[in-house]
Amino acid sequence: MTDDTTDTTDSTETKHTAGAFDIRTFIAALMGIYGVILVLAGIFGGARATAGPVDGNPNLIVGISLLLFAGGMQAWAVIRPTVVDEAALARDKAEQEGKPPPH
Amino acid sequence: MVVLAATDLRLDTNWVDFLIIATYFVFVLGIGVMARRSVSSSLDFFLSGRSLPAWVTGLAFISANLGAVEIIGMSANGANYGIPTVHYFWVGAVPAMLFLGVVMMPFYYGSKVRSVPEFMRRRFGTGAHLVNALSFALAQLLIAGINLYLLANIVEVILGWRLWISLIVAAAIVLTYTTLGGLSAAIYNEVLQFFVIVAALLPLTIIGLNKVGGWSGLQDKVAASAGGAEQLSSWPGTALTGFSSPFWSVVGIVFGLGFVLSFGYWTTNFVEVQRAMASNSISAAQRAPIIGSFPKMFVPFMVIFPGMIAAVIVTEISKPKNNGGTPDYNNALLYLIRDLLPNGMLGLAIAGLLASFMAGMAANISAFNTVFSYDLWQTYVIKDKEDHYYLTVGRVATVAATLIAIGTATFAASYTNIMNYLQTLFGFFNAPLFATFILGMFWKRMTATAGWAGLVSGTLAAVLVGIASEDALGTLSQGWLSLSGQGASFVAAGAAFVVDILVSAAVTMVTRPRKESELRGLVYSLTPKQDFHDENEGELPWWQKPNILASIALVMVIGLNLIFW
Repeated sequence: MTDDTTDTTDSTETKHTAGAFDIRTFIAALMGIYGVILVLAGIFGGARATAGPVDGNPNLIVGISLLLFAGGMQAWAVIRPTVVDEAALARDKAEQEGKPPPH
Repeated sequence: MVVLAATDLRLDTNWVDFLIIATYFVFVLGIGVMARRSVSSSLDFFLSGRSLPAWVTGLAFISANLGAVEIIGMSANGANYGIPTVHYFWVGAVPAMLFLGVVMMPFYYGSKVRSVPEFMRRRFGTGAHLVNALSFALAQLLIAGINLYLLANIVEVILGWRLWISLIVAAAIVLTYTTLGGLSAAIYNEVLQFFVIVAALLPLTIIGLNKVGGWSGLQDKVAASAGGAEQLSSWPGTALTGFSSPFWSVVGIVFGLGFVLSFGYWTTNFVEVQRAMASNSISAAQRAPIIGSFPKMFVPFMVIFPGMIAAVIVTEISKPKNNGGTPDYNNALLYLIRDLLPNGMLGLAIAGLLASFMAGMAANISAFNTVFSYDLWQTYVIKDKEDHYYLTVGRVATVAATLIAIGTATFAASYTNIMNYLQTLFGFFNAPLFATFILGMFWKRMTATAGWAGLVSGTLAAVLVGIASEDALGTLSQGWLSLSGQGASFVAAGAAFVVDILVSAAVTMVTRPRKESELRGLVYSLTPKQDFHDENEGELPWWQKPNILASIALVMVIGLNLIFW
């Protein structure tokens, strides 16, 4: 903790956004793929997928909702990205393994 | 006949469903492989848990618990007993999570305790540690059996294979998943799994409610069914507990289910606690269970309601229920999925269920693996070998545990309502542990001998109640006491708790306590107060203050309790 002040200069260079590895990107990707599959199934899927066992077209509605949800999740990840601090991460790792920090 | 009826259930899947299921596997295994290779420091960042956003820890916190047992068990309970099942959430889990966040978490964070077996070893020494490690390992094998049975059940209804073949296939799937590093990416998977499950269950509930004519339609149909109108109000829940007296039923729910089982489960479940403790401050650690309690209080609508709907519109459930037969409650949700979801949504639902059963069993197996190789083998059998040796022991333990789980799964299969079995197990293992844990933490005089003696006698008391009951232990039960259903497990848990406390207190009186200097960080009164206080808490905005959040959650859950009174 005492070398926090010396670290701040280092860590500004090692900070970057989580990018594609942001968990929100994973959620958006999976939900987006499911949305596309369900929308397609809802339109072209044949009797058992468009009408299904109940009235209405649940595949289409749920598919569209999932696409909207995925869009919102991705937008959130883009507007407020998660910042990864490599230096702090390395320090944590070293601490966990009981070795002295690399700095 | 019953066995045939169960295997008659088939889901009419097609390639769209399999595409959705396959996509999920690609994601999960892909994350596992990436985590293994550590391709990105960003992934590392999320996995290490450091500065995880509060909503992620909160979701991971309840997602680990929103597994097989909760989805299948609670929908089975909903089909069987109706609304009284909400007690598991609104009297049980939510208050326990708030208690964990407000009271226990600061102590965990401030002390040096990092796992239950570790606490037992440092607080009480070898005896309690050995008893705890053995019972924990056994509990994991039995619960893994439940998850494996439920997983095999899905394989059975999709592919139409016999249960034993399905069990072997399911076991093989879990082994692959564990070896491919599925667990190292646990937090990612849990959060993903949460969204898949909600994406499947929420529409299922809405479609189902539509089908029965909304909430009022469901009320009419349930009131007209064999369960009657009492399945629509939560108290006194006499059908759930199996007690004829409403007074004792309420006591059983509040003390047995609410206090002993739920507080015991949430405060000693270190898999979850550790996740929260990876946060960067005490108040962040406190917030994880508190934030998790908000989605948690709405889970009943996604699991209990489908169960109740299934009980009135699925003929395979409603017919035997109304004619005094034995309905296949465990499959209530699957029947409803079959009757209501089109291909596509069907695949989504199956993917969500497979995901949660796999993750649940993998967690049991890996917990068993850790306790077996380090707490048991390394500590008591063969000491002082190099790391490589214990890794090999761990691998053998993983395979052995999976094989044993096939055996325990066959036993789990004999229960028509899997929740009865699970609550019985929690009574045996969690209730005495919670008693010893709480007593050891707040009573500095409690001695080492009292530690293991309390655990052993508490577990024995619960087993005795199980044997004396009518059905808590299946064919092993003798029916000496007129206890059945989940009431038997509430009584078993209560007995375990009380006997554990009494024996611990009695043994403490005749044995010598440990030196106070050895107990710092292990006993509440001997841990410096500043160790469990966040000095920056005053600067936080109100929506980040644990106590304010917890108060809001408490008011909401009391409101829910009143609405469904």
